[in-house]
Amino acid sequence: MTTLTLLAADGEFQAPGPEIFDFPPLYSGAPVWLTKPVILAVIGALIICVLAWTAFAKPKLVPRGIQNIGEYGYTFVRDQCARPFLGKDAERWMPLLLSLFLLILLWNFFGVIPVLQIPVNSHIAYPIIFAVTVYVIKIYLGIKHQGGLGYFKNMMFPPGLPKPVYVLMAPLELISNLVLAPFTHAVRLFANMFAGHLILAFFASVGFHFLFEQLTPLGAPLGLVGVVMTTIMTGFEIFIQFLQAFLFTMLAAMYIGGSLHADH
Amino acid sequence: MTLAAKVLAAEANNPLIPHDYELVIGGLAFLLVFIVVGKILTPRIQKTLAERTEAIEGGLQKAENAQAEAQATLQQYRDQLAEARQEAARLREEAREQGAQIKAELREEAQAEARRIVEAAHAQIEADKAQALAQLRSEIGRLSTDLAGRIVGESLEDEARQRRVVDRFLEELEGSGTTAVR
Repeated sequence: MTTLTLLAADGEFQAPGPEIFDFPPLYSGAPVWLTKPVILAVIGALIICVLAWTAFAKPKLVPRGIQNIGEYGYTFVRDQCARPFLGKDAERWMPLLLSLFLLILLWNFFGVIPVLQIPVNSHIAYPIIFAVTVYVIKIYLGIKHQGGLGYFKNMMFPPGLPKPVYVLMAPLELISNLVLAPFTHAVRLFANMFAGHLILAFFASVGFHFLFEQLTPLGAPLGLVGVVMTTIMTGFEIFIQFLQAFLFTMLAAMYIGGSLHADH
Repeated sequence: MTLAAKVLAAEANNPLIPHDYELVIGGLAFLLVFIVVGKILTPRIQKTLAERTEAIEGGLQKAENAQAEAQATLQQYRDQLAEARQEAARLREEAREQGAQIKAELREEAQAEARRIVEAAHAQIEADKAQALAQLRSEIGRLSTDLAGRIVGESLEDEARQRRVVDRFLEELEGSGTTAVR
């Protein structure tokens, strides 16, 4: 905060804050929901559908071109997310997991694509949609496969612990599974995209302010640092965007797997 | 003042509170992707991947079979070759034996022939000798009588007596001569 005030005092530099995530309607008179993130969300979904269609609509035994890329994505999700947690049920849950992974990944990548430059998942509504979907499936499968009572018993009383521990353990497990898990599931994705975008915006505006808006001998090196950091952080951000999409999908597979088999 | 404004803005638009229209749009977008990618396309690629695995496994099986077959054929050829070698060795041995036998037979025959020739020669010599002896005998008789007649001075005209005397002499000569010569 001191840096920010210092900068602000120096040349009226305003560090970007949470307001950069607020988007007005696209044009005056447009409905309030017609904003850039909404458009990007829809375009992203359409792009995924079109790409997947060109890759998988008529799959060949010997893959060519985009089918190769599609298969690479499919086998990645299957081998890294689904199989470790779902085993032989992996194939059955691949439709959900692949859809999750591809849509989250592209929506994240929008954060570093020039002009678009906003990760859709930095608006918490989208991670909530994904997390709630997985949460509902998790509870449904848990009750279906382990029985209503059995599910909660397996959840709260994992076997193999000394009895007094359960006094502490049972409520913790209950809260952790039913409240914290879905919350962190959504917020992890959201917060990573939110913070990443904020960092990029900060370094970019430092560079812009000190090299273009207010070029001074003292400020220029700072502006240069801003540009260099923006470049570095963009690369880092691409990695984070991929990592979060992967992690979200992996956790989804883990929750589903945990509901299918009480394997504590 | 800017800070305050920012705080106000942040409070006005808490990033942890979702916009309800975005929940709807996000839900629809995800539903669309789930239907198209998940429900329609994923089964297709799963089917293709399964078919590919099957094809590769089939190919491997085929290759394995071909290799086994080749191995069997090779073994068969090797067996045949070994058999042929054995057969050849056997034939060679047989030929050698036959050759040795033939050689032995030929030698036997040659020896017999040689013996026969030698015997014939012996017989011939014996006959010649007998003939020569017979000739000699008459010659000697004549010569002896001639000689005796000349020495004694008396002609032994009586042919019969003359012959008797000679024969007696010769028999005496032969009787002592057989033991002496043979």
